[in-house]
Amino acid sequence: MTGIGRRAVLAGLAAATLPRPAVAQGARGRVVVVGGGFGGATAARVLQRAGLSVTLVEPAETYWACPFSNEVIAGLRPMAAQGFGYEALRARGVTVARTSAEAIDGAGRRVRLADGTTLDYDRLVVSPGIALRFDALAGYDEAAAQVMPHAWKAGTQTELLARQLAAMPDGGTVVLSVPGNPYRCPPGPYERASLIAWYLKTRKPRAKLIVLDAKDTFSKQRLFEQAWKALYPGTLDYVPLAGGGQVVSVDSRAMTVATDFETTRADVACIIPPQRAAPIAAAAGIADRSGWCPIDPVTFESRLVPRIHVVGDAAIAGAMPKSAFAANAQGKVCAEAVIDLLAERAPAAPKLINTCYSLVAPGYGISVAGVYHPDKGVLADVEGAGGTSPLDAPDAIRRREADYAEDWYRTITSAVFG
Amino acid sequence: MRAGLLLLLLASQAAASPAAASPPGASSCSGCHGAPGGAVPSLAGRTAEDIAAALAAFRAGTRPATVMTRIAKGFSDEESRAIAAWLAGGGR
Repeated sequence: MTGIGRRAVLAGLAAATLPRPAVAQGARGRVVVVGGGFGGATAARVLQRAGLSVTLVEPAETYWACPFSNEVIAGLRPMAAQGFGYEALRARGVTVARTSAEAIDGAGRRVRLADGTTLDYDRLVVSPGIALRFDALAGYDEAAAQVMPHAWKAGTQTELLARQLAAMPDGGTVVLSVPGNPYRCPPGPYERASLIAWYLKTRKPRAKLIVLDAKDTFSKQRLFEQAWKALYPGTLDYVPLAGGGQVVSVDSRAMTVATDFETTRADVACIIPPQRAAPIAAAAGIADRSGWCPIDPVTFESRLVPRIHVVGDAAIAGAMPKSAFAANAQGKVCAEAVIDLLAERAPAAPKLINTCYSLVAPGYGISVAGVYHPDKGVLADVEGAGGTSPLDAPDAIRRREADYAEDWYRTITSAVFG
Repeated sequence: MRAGLLLLLLASQAAASPAAASPPGASSCSGCHGAPGGAVPSLAGRTAEDIAAALAAFRAGTRPATVMTRIAKGFSDEESRAIAAWLAGGGR
């Protein structure tokens, strides 16, 4: 026996002792995935790869990714770099129903689609993302968002804010309103503040950015504040809750943003309102009174309706933030749990990772990472792991994290949509 | 002979369609680690021993890193070895 032949046989023996593929283990059933973002598209891919019949319900032909959209707003990146289609998923064998889910009958295990058809399922994965609450901030409704963009769902809103910034005269005032927790992408508003400040400093040096925050503490706070002090003094004015930063109303005609203490006139106003899970969650009965979806931390199955699993921003994922990385990680773990459950196996307790990069300037990246596991019924931090970039890092490390951020985006969008 | 064929069949199935259950944490890795050529090192072609040794060094703080020192601390040696074996076996 040659060395190679011997290795092949050993590999065969090793393979025989490994867990066999899901199909061989009897995972059968109809799986429907609602929502084609980072969570849903990921889950659909993993389920399809296991040999299951998967239908992904997604009305948009192009998905506009939020990560890196703050760079678009600051003129650092074309919008085209944020768009992804579903051709690759289709080519892999995922059926993509280009319509939206209107209702979910959890007892009858059926999804009703906007085009009038229905889809029966054995397991349903819902990854619907967020809805912006247009009932939470006086004066801020859908019409006001056309004047004062939230740009918290990427797409036309992103481009609107970018255009407004570009058209603003030097010497103008930009106001950025940041909501209380929880919301999509905890460090996102502060990355946006940083990159808008960078844009103003380099393109409109007499202009100012006022950041009005409904809270006092936030993700990567010391790193952001250190960078702001070094890079944007005189440009970026941060007002926390304790300093009267909570926005209580806006007037999109007068272009004013009001706190309990002060009314500020803005040339450009970006209002990030409070959020909840997208409407299909409430329609399906899987959202609780908080507006978000409680889940089992092992399977991501809804605590409220059996056989419906929820991943991504809509889920209450304990210590895990609402991020694209987290949605992708959850989509994979949830899909494996669904495969196990369809094969009548009990899924093992998972661990999940999150890594979120933020840019505070071009070439200046910072990160926060975490490892999570089910603990007392929720996804909790694994103690001793995770944390942020160091405060005292040299420029080379900031540069490297900026490069990693860019590469992360390339890799994850390719893994999900490519 | 028949047993040999069975082994080959099982091996080919395993290659075509990875098992559903990945070890805890393993499936998250492909969020950052993709094809070769990017800033983030690719794990393609690395042996289980290499990956496990890297994770152990990150955990111990003896190998400098940006995020991997923070992430590796979330896994025991046994968990890290299981992840390494899964990744080296083509898991993603």
